[in-house]
Amino acid sequence: MNGAADMGGMHGFGPVVPEPNEPVFHADWEKTSFALNMVTGVAKLWNLDAFRFKRESIPPAQYLNLSYYGLWTVTLEHMMLEYGIATPEELAAGHALAPVKKAARTVTAADMTDMVRCGSPYNRPVPAPALFKAGDKVRAKNMHPKTHTRLPRYARGHAGEVVRIVGCHVFPDANASNAGEDPHWLYTVRFDGRELWGADSDPTVRVCIEAWEPYLEPL
Amino acid sequence: MNGGQDLGGTDGHGPVMPEPNEPVFHAEWEKRAFALTLAMGMPGGWNIDMGRFVRENRPPGEYLAMSYYQIWFAALEQMSKERGLMADDEIAAGHSLRPPKSVKRILSPADVAKTLHRGGPTERDTNMPAAFRPGDAVRMKNINPPTHTRLPRYVRGHAGVIERVIGCHVFPDSNATGAGENPQWLYTVRFDGRELWGADGDPSVTVSVDAWEPYLLSAG
Amino acid sequence: MAHDDGDRHHHDHGSDLSEMQLRTRALETILLEKGYIDPASIDVLIETYEKKIGPRNGAQVVAKAWVDPTFRQWLFEDGTAAIGSLGFGGRSGNHLVALENTPAVHNMTVCTLCSCYPWAVLGLPPLWYKSAPYRSRAVADPRGVLADFGVTLPKDTEIRVWDSTAELRYLVVPMRPAGTDGWSEEKLAKLVTRDSMIGTGFPKNPGDAS
Repeated sequence: MNGAADMGGMHGFGPVVPEPNEPVFHADWEKTSFALNMVTGVAKLWNLDAFRFKRESIPPAQYLNLSYYGLWTVTLEHMMLEYGIATPEELAAGHALAPVKKAARTVTAADMTDMVRCGSPYNRPVPAPALFKAGDKVRAKNMHPKTHTRLPRYARGHAGEVVRIVGCHVFPDANASNAGEDPHWLYTVRFDGRELWGADSDPTVRVCIEAWEPYLEPL
Repeated sequence: MNGGQDLGGTDGHGPVMPEPNEPVFHAEWEKRAFALTLAMGMPGGWNIDMGRFVRENRPPGEYLAMSYYQIWFAALEQMSKERGLMADDEIAAGHSLRPPKSVKRILSPADVAKTLHRGGPTERDTNMPAAFRPGDAVRMKNINPPTHTRLPRYVRGHAGVIERVIGCHVFPDSNATGAGENPQWLYTVRFDGRELWGADGDPSVTVSVDAWEPYLLSAG
Repeated sequence: MAHDDGDRHHHDHGSDLSEMQLRTRALETILLEKGYIDPASIDVLIETYEKKIGPRNGAQVVAKAWVDPTFRQWLFEDGTAAIGSLGFGGRSGNHLVALENTPAVHNMTVCTLCSCYPWAVLGLPPLWYKSAPYRSRAVADPRGVLADFGVTLPKDTEIRVWDSTAELRYLVVPMRPAGTDGWSEEKLAKLVTRDSMIGTGFPKNPGDAS
């Protein structure tokens, strides 16, 4: 979707403001927000792509005025509602109100240690040969799905070059809608800055993105 | 600029929600903000393109969270300060604290009707021939100025057809920066919806924008 | 006036309202004290747009186009001149273009970049026209927007969306409702709704309550 998260190329946000000696978390609630999202991921309540889609679906006026972990917390609330983990009344009350259907398994500290160590790799077995190879010229499609995609607006319709075949990865556009992992070949595609930003822009700039095969057309 | 105002084609804002029997203004202060903005055009000395840029030139989150007339008000305040017509301490005090800056003219009540009736025509004479004719295939440039432009992101780089040669008009991209009117030929350019939104788009949709010549490349 | 719309309309509530009241009053006081504005001008401006200039103007134009073929042709050839002949024009109406709705083509107007609107014939725009939902979706999903207005068009009707990116201002001329033969311009004008002149609605039918 063309939501507020798709910020590449936007103006008006002001200068980058690094914070000296910035702490990992700015408040205790942020630690909780972070940890809860990690736990729900390990519990496989939903997948990461669905979570991202939910987050970027926050109305832009709200999205742009929430802090980073504010976005995570609001998204977590929305996911809990959508997946039937909690009702609006329970969220307002701050505790369960109906008898709880116990989860199949409880996430343990050992599970979290494993998660940090192993992560959750996204590569999958290969379904078909890759369409492109390094050096191929490609064009990013002009697609405007209302659902989740990882093809930013600023790249759409633009010509670039495949610089690397990354592998075969879970396809977020499908996975976010719980339509299955639908793995596709993933490539690193490089664009000339002037292709993206216009003939007057900085000629020394190049931008790379990772793009799945369904995002690309041969040139 | 690629600011919060460049909304065409963005998602997530929810349904259009018309208000039944909507009043022209929702609060007394909105009436004042509206009228003050119009009245200050003359003494302020800014043009409409400058005004539009000041409105849009803020963090996108602010732009989207402020109400329509809050944005007007903020822009009026800012432009008045920028031109030395008032200062922050006066705004805080709610009173003038020093003599006014001398201005050429102010809007008298007797002149309101005449001024509104004159409006702000933007057509200008020119000796330049128009580069394009109706039916010509064009492609919109991919420009990304951080300053004011009226070429929305959703058409940049896309192919269209000249539907109409409108005339030679003040060019906002120049006028907003104070670089002068720099009038350019203005055209209505028509796009097939699927060109803009992809092959899966609604085939019954056609969209047009009004675009000045500096926005266009020949595609014929 | 309903306030059950969450934040979408950004109506000012409670302390927000008094903050804007105070700030606007302060600004007006300063501008008055400095002599940059004449208070009577402010009053005339407000009265003009609150009471005098409004969609009635556009309705008059449309009704005339419905009964007078010569005017209709002129209107589509030179909107500014034809509409000007009725005494309407000026601010946000110096460059007017009339758009003809037909069974094959339905026109809709929008300003995605701000709120450009033909003040001279329609008055000031409604809040929905100036807000993100309309500005974002009208060019990408006009049928979806029309659905928000309860309007459905046949699948093969071309929907033509005009984004007012320059100083041209567009007036949609809807199709004349059936069952109005012999009606006077005055009577016809009462059927012409504001939304029908933006393209998000149709004129009233003769049977509709006014």
